[in-house]
Amino acid sequence: MVKLPEPRSGESPYLRVKDLRVRFDTEDGVVRAVDGVSFSVERGRTLGIVGESGSGKSVTSLAILGLHNAKRAAISGEISVGGRQLVGMPEEEVRRLRGRDMAMIFQDPLSALHPYYTVGRQIAEAYRVHHPRAGKREARGRAVDMLGRVGIPQPGKRFDQYPHEFSGGMRQRAMIAMALVNDPDLLIADEPTTALDVTVQAQILDLLEDLQGEFRSAIILITHDLGVVSQVADDVLVMYGGRAVEHGSVEQVLRRPQHPYTWGLLSSVPSLHGDADADLVPIKGNPPSLINLPSGCAFHPRCRYADRNGDRSRTEVPELRPAGEAGHLVACHLPADERTRLYQQDIAQVGVAQ
Amino acid sequence: MFRFVVRRLLVAGVTLVVISLVTFGLFFAVPSSPAKVMCGKNCTAADIAQVEQRLGIDQPLPRQYAGFVKGIFVGRTYGSGDFRQDCPAPCLGYSFRNNQPVTEIIAQRLPVTFSIVFGGAVLWLVLGISLGMVSALRRGTVFDRTAIGITLAGASMQVYFFGLILLYLLVYATGLLPFPSYTPLTENPGRWAVGLLLPWMTLGFLNSALYARLSRAQMLETLSEDFVRTARAKGLSARQVHTRHALRAAITPIVTIAGLDIGTSLGGTFITETIFGLQGLGKATVEAVQFLNLPVVMATVLLAAVFIVVANIVVDVLYAVIDPRVRLS
Repeated sequence: MVKLPEPRSGESPYLRVKDLRVRFDTEDGVVRAVDGVSFSVERGRTLGIVGESGSGKSVTSLAILGLHNAKRAAISGEISVGGRQLVGMPEEEVRRLRGRDMAMIFQDPLSALHPYYTVGRQIAEAYRVHHPRAGKREARGRAVDMLGRVGIPQPGKRFDQYPHEFSGGMRQRAMIAMALVNDPDLLIADEPTTALDVTVQAQILDLLEDLQGEFRSAIILITHDLGVVSQVADDVLVMYGGRAVEHGSVEQVLRRPQHPYTWGLLSSVPSLHGDADADLVPIKGNPPSLINLPSGCAFHPRCRYADRNGDRSRTEVPELRPAGEAGHLVACHLPADERTRLYQQDIAQVGVAQ
Repeated sequence: MFRFVVRRLLVAGVTLVVISLVTFGLFFAVPSSPAKVMCGKNCTAADIAQVEQRLGIDQPLPRQYAGFVKGIFVGRTYGSGDFRQDCPAPCLGYSFRNNQPVTEIIAQRLPVTFSIVFGGAVLWLVLGISLGMVSALRRGTVFDRTAIGITLAGASMQVYFFGLILLYLLVYATGLLPFPSYTPLTENPGRWAVGLLLPWMTLGFLNSALYARLSRAQMLETLSEDFVRTARAKGLSARQVHTRHALRAAITPIVTIAGLDIGTSLGGTFITETIFGLQGLGKATVEAVQFLNLPVVMATVLLAAVFIVVANIVVDVLYAVIDPRVRLS
């Protein structure tokens, strides 16, 4: 059994996911989008989930909110939110938690907001679903208040505008206001800054951090951007092919990464501080098919070091094991000392890794 | 919005002038003369010339057209002396056939076609959109397949086939309904509805096929939109998600097609009117064309054009009301 990193503050984690598996039956075969992932997030902390497209990060977050079509997705494992077991919970009960105890910020705020309704109305609607006794005026007041808190100027006027009248950054702020309108304890942000300009990205991330201080929510930040993770996350989970390959604190995973896939991610990002002439080292090949996952370690066809321990990487799925430091887990067959040596020798000089 | 409507009305005016010119021109391009048709086989050339003179079709074309337009806006006078006939505005002339004022013919026929179309439209919209929506929500189920199968059957049938089947089943075989007839709504709403039930059912069923398929496709597309996922993530109930968020977005293209469909149908539903023996606009048009009854043809063709043009404007305005991203300027 995989041992999870111990909660640091002694408080029990608000979200605990254990051995989560999400399967879709399609005409081409069974897609194992998430294949045995475990993690937990406490209130006031941020977990960054990192990986390429198709690594299972978004499927994981949608599974937590119970947004998968029950007819198509087979979900097993445990998802415990504030002590409540979500897997197998009747839809009506999950619905009552959605938007109130757990909320989500989506990637592209333009398509995630309804084009025909004013921004304010959509926020007020989110409030009224969970406050059925709240009148129109109260909901409006609350929505205007939230718009102001996420830094939208003239919130009273902006309330009556449509999403297309907002700029990209303002739309994402509105989306955040909508997610936070019911004071959720768990906030999942799925690539919240991917669709935005870099300057606006930084503002949105700052805003998320500030609001976390204020609301003390547990946050899951899904991204493929390691820069974003290093800026706001406390812990990192690296996913590949629907499995967790590395898990630990930001410091551990980004500074002393243990998995060749994490190395690959780090060395394919340019750094401002490094040698401008040094070439980036992209990860060769493509993300694996989730229907036909490579045997053994799913990363082995793309791994430069897969041959170093005979057939093991090809035949045996590596388990997530302690990587040395407390709370740092890695799923790799390479011996610990060899990992350290290879990292120093091949990776530490490239990209943001340095 | 106001400027938009004014501009569209101006364009509409030009469209109508062009249509009336073309109709006028086409009418005179036809080799046969209405005077000959009216006069019968044994007429001499002199008789025909006399009739032509009485009808006013011996005049040069531009003059006839000017007279026609003048009649619409200020009224006109036909003949002189004892045969003098004043025709106040809006004057569309007199039927070549029985000298009845065309405006009177229109006033008689229009309510019939209006009643047929509006009743039918209500039926086909309600039936089509609800079938399509439920099918989309239950995609792949028996309900979905049955509903879409039935609507395919509907889409491939013709009014004169399905209408006659209904007529046989509900009137001749079982006597559940009386033979269709038109009673003005203001006179007796109950009889108005009963008398028109058959044409409504016919049009409703046949046209609902298109709307069911269209709204099913639209709904399926909308259900996969990000904003629908957002609505669910807020914790809205399935019903709220489907009606307030998905249907609202899916309905836009349906409004467009429905508007144009209704506009076109108002110009006359000839086949339906003929099958059920209703004296509507469509029948009046076809009869007038057969008889080369120019004043009636002009009036009905123009009226049909007016309906289509107006329906277009209404659709555009509705579009802006539904979708705030559409700015009319």
